[in-house]
Amino acid sequence: MIMADSGSSEEAAVIGNTDITSTESENNIINTMVERGTSLLKKMEISVAEAEKRTGKNTVNMQETYTVYLIEIRQAESATEGGTPAAPDTLWRRYSEFELLRTYLLVTYPYIIIPPLPEKRAEFVWHKLSADNLDPDFVERRRVGLENFLLRVASHPVLSNDNIFFHFLTEEKGWREAVLDTGFQDKVDSRLKSLSAMLRVKSPDRRFTALKQYSDELNAVVSQLLRVRARVADRLYGVYKVHGNYGRVFSEWSAIEKEMGDGLQSAGHHMDTYAASIDDILEEEEHYADQLKEYLFYTDAVRSVCRKHELMQYELEMASQDLAYKKQQKEELVTGTVRIFSLKGMTSKLFGSESQEQRESRLSALEQSIEEGIEAVMEKNTECRDFVRAAWEDIERFKEQKDKDLREALISYAIMQISMCKKGIQVWSNAKECFNKM
Amino acid sequence: MSVGTPRGLASSGQKPITEIPHPLSAAEESLSPGPDVSISSGGDKDLELTNGTLVENSSPASASSTSTSALLSRLQVEDNFEADAADLYATTETRDLFVTVDDPKKHVSTMETYITYRVSTKTTRIEFDLPEYSVRRRYQDFDWLRVKLEETQPTNLIPPLPEKFVMKGVVDRFSEEFVETRMKALDKFLKRVADHPVLSFNPHLNAFLTAKDLNKRQGLALLTKMGESVKHVAGGYKLRARPPEFNAMGEYLDTFSQKLGTIDRIAQRILREQSEYLTELREYASVYSSWAGSEEELQRPLEGVAGCVTTCCGALEDLSENMSQDFLPVLREYVLYTETMKNVLRKRDQSQAEYEGRLEAAVLRKQEDRTPMPLEVEKCQDKMECFNADLKADWERWQCNKRQDFKQLLIGMADKNINYYEKCQTAWESLVTVLQDKQTEDKTSETN
Repeated sequence: MIMADSGSSEEAAVIGNTDITSTESENNIINTMVERGTSLLKKMEISVAEAEKRTGKNTVNMQETYTVYLIEIRQAESATEGGTPAAPDTLWRRYSEFELLRTYLLVTYPYIIIPPLPEKRAEFVWHKLSADNLDPDFVERRRVGLENFLLRVASHPVLSNDNIFFHFLTEEKGWREAVLDTGFQDKVDSRLKSLSAMLRVKSPDRRFTALKQYSDELNAVVSQLLRVRARVADRLYGVYKVHGNYGRVFSEWSAIEKEMGDGLQSAGHHMDTYAASIDDILEEEEHYADQLKEYLFYTDAVRSVCRKHELMQYELEMASQDLAYKKQQKEELVTGTVRIFSLKGMTSKLFGSESQEQRESRLSALEQSIEEGIEAVMEKNTECRDFVRAAWEDIERFKEQKDKDLREALISYAIMQISMCKKGIQVWSNAKECFNKM
Repeated sequence: MSVGTPRGLASSGQKPITEIPHPLSAAEESLSPGPDVSISSGGDKDLELTNGTLVENSSPASASSTSTSALLSRLQVEDNFEADAADLYATTETRDLFVTVDDPKKHVSTMETYITYRVSTKTTRIEFDLPEYSVRRRYQDFDWLRVKLEETQPTNLIPPLPEKFVMKGVVDRFSEEFVETRMKALDKFLKRVADHPVLSFNPHLNAFLTAKDLNKRQGLALLTKMGESVKHVAGGYKLRARPPEFNAMGEYLDTFSQKLGTIDRIAQRILREQSEYLTELREYASVYSSWAGSEEELQRPLEGVAGCVTTCCGALEDLSENMSQDFLPVLREYVLYTETMKNVLRKRDQSQAEYEGRLEAAVLRKQEDRTPMPLEVEKCQDKMECFNADLKADWERWQCNKRQDFKQLLIGMADKNINYYEKCQTAWESLVTVLQDKQTEDKTSETN
């Protein structure tokens, strides 16, 4: 749960801060989101409180098991008014509904970098972690991820004002119909269209090109980082667990010793503790991996904005080209020269020129077309300009958010490492004391 | 200390001293300590049963003769039998022989290349002409010494030497690490011999420490060694029952060497896992570095993380190196030591079997024609009893040393691990300081 007015950790002494857990650090990020103070968040506290398994018939009338998540909304004022806080409004949503919401946002706000959802299937797992969607640990991490998604949207200056989003949080029934009613699906661009646009844009915007390149680089490097991190976790697990064998052998050995026996036996117990400690350590590190994953998925959203811009640019160029062609045609018609091949021109040449009447009607049709063309180009131009302006505003906001969040994540990772070192020193010091008593 | 140190610790076996037939019933009463020798427990070092000539005789009081020295030592032993284990090996205050092995050097000749070590001796013992010596010895020389000690002190536990043969392709015999590890083991070997109340007086040790050129006659040594073992096997006596205290030793040794083997395997497995971990960790650091290249604000934090991970890599390398150079060799040395001890136990068993066999034969013959107990049987009995006593004393000493050595070893292992984590913690803490300072910097500049 987040409080709308909680401060950040700047006043705490540096050394003291090394004791904050990763959950607390995550809270720091959430607090940052709240600080941004959208009007939505000022009114309500949002959380994804629980997850539950349900079974039901799906669209092909087959039984399926799925998970639903409980969204809790608390009115912000009630918390500050003394008395007992009012009960939260709650509703249940499943993952596919979150997906639908996101798709809607993607289409409706193509110039915004839409926050990503947590992964549908577990990826970048190190071997001990289960890749099963119904695994409780995975479900828990997904719950946190969904809450994070909602908070990101709620703290966005543009997205937080969206009605459909508001209804998602407040109206369980009928939401699906409401989304579909907006007709957003018609606005979805086909992949083929965007792909061809990418290839044929004549004068791409350099800033967007650079952004796309950065986004691709970030995607590649974070993917690699997550992969290597998983392997590192695997190996570290091995190192710790093998030490557990010392526990057993020391115990067996102590049985044949007289003075050395007690020291060995208790040292053995510490080795067992050491081996067991890795489970919690790596579980905590998953939070860090999740933070990295969020930004990995963010790169997809960035790329999506770039692609939309390309498409717009392409359409603008097409419209301009079209207009230029029509103007050319008109000029030819007026001057009588045929520079551009046209069937009509050819046939009139072969079978005799057309009458003055025919020419004039063609001319006026063209002029009409040109008018429309000019308007279209102007419209597209404005659209493009507005898009670019809005997009860059969001991109700057995103960059700042990314830098801040990832820095927080790195600090919390460092703090996790410190905690692991402290635990290690503790255990080995205890073992050393036992050895001393041998 | 040399005066009061018990030498060959013969044991009377199961019988109390009063029932032991006095082998020198009529002779050399002047040398006997007289009737008021009482059995007192608790390591009476002031039991000065000294006779100048006897004490100076540095030959081992082993059971090759029923001389007065044997009697004296037997009596001495009785007094010291319940002595505190601590008194059975030379304490620092009373030690008068110090040896060190150091300064390895490579020698290249037309025939071969080998390493020699400097062996330094400091002593106040009269067996040595000078108070200080410094000679150069190679592994072969240590091996010679060990063989000689085994030959001349068959009832004593001789400390082990590091492995003699190393596969030329696998291990670099001249690498710094190998030489260092070997030298430490040789130093330990020599120190253990020098600290042993009986072995340290062996003339071969004296020669080893003092002679300019060791006149080794190695070929002969090899033959003699073989001869020795042949002699034992040729006895062909079967042991009927091992006395319980030696049985307990045998069982202990079996379990102990088993556990040592397990620990060795675990340590090696840990080293393997750590090595794989290190490989991944290095790549991990480089990914952070390459990420830093495409960032602006995040460049320094990412470089910082890369740096920390690299520091941890270095610390891990140190830890692993230490484990493989200091921990494992000592562990393996004890496996060798245990094997040596088992061998001595077996020899003891042989000695007992021989005695019992001969005794049985003699008794039968006595029953037939009333011949007195042959001297041979008594020699055997002496031999066995001396062996038992030596073994028991060596066992106590060995147990004590083992306890000290393993305590040191395990404390060392714990220390190295603590050290590793401390280095890592320091690195990460300084990073957090830098990053959090930057944060507060940013915040204050924001609010301004």
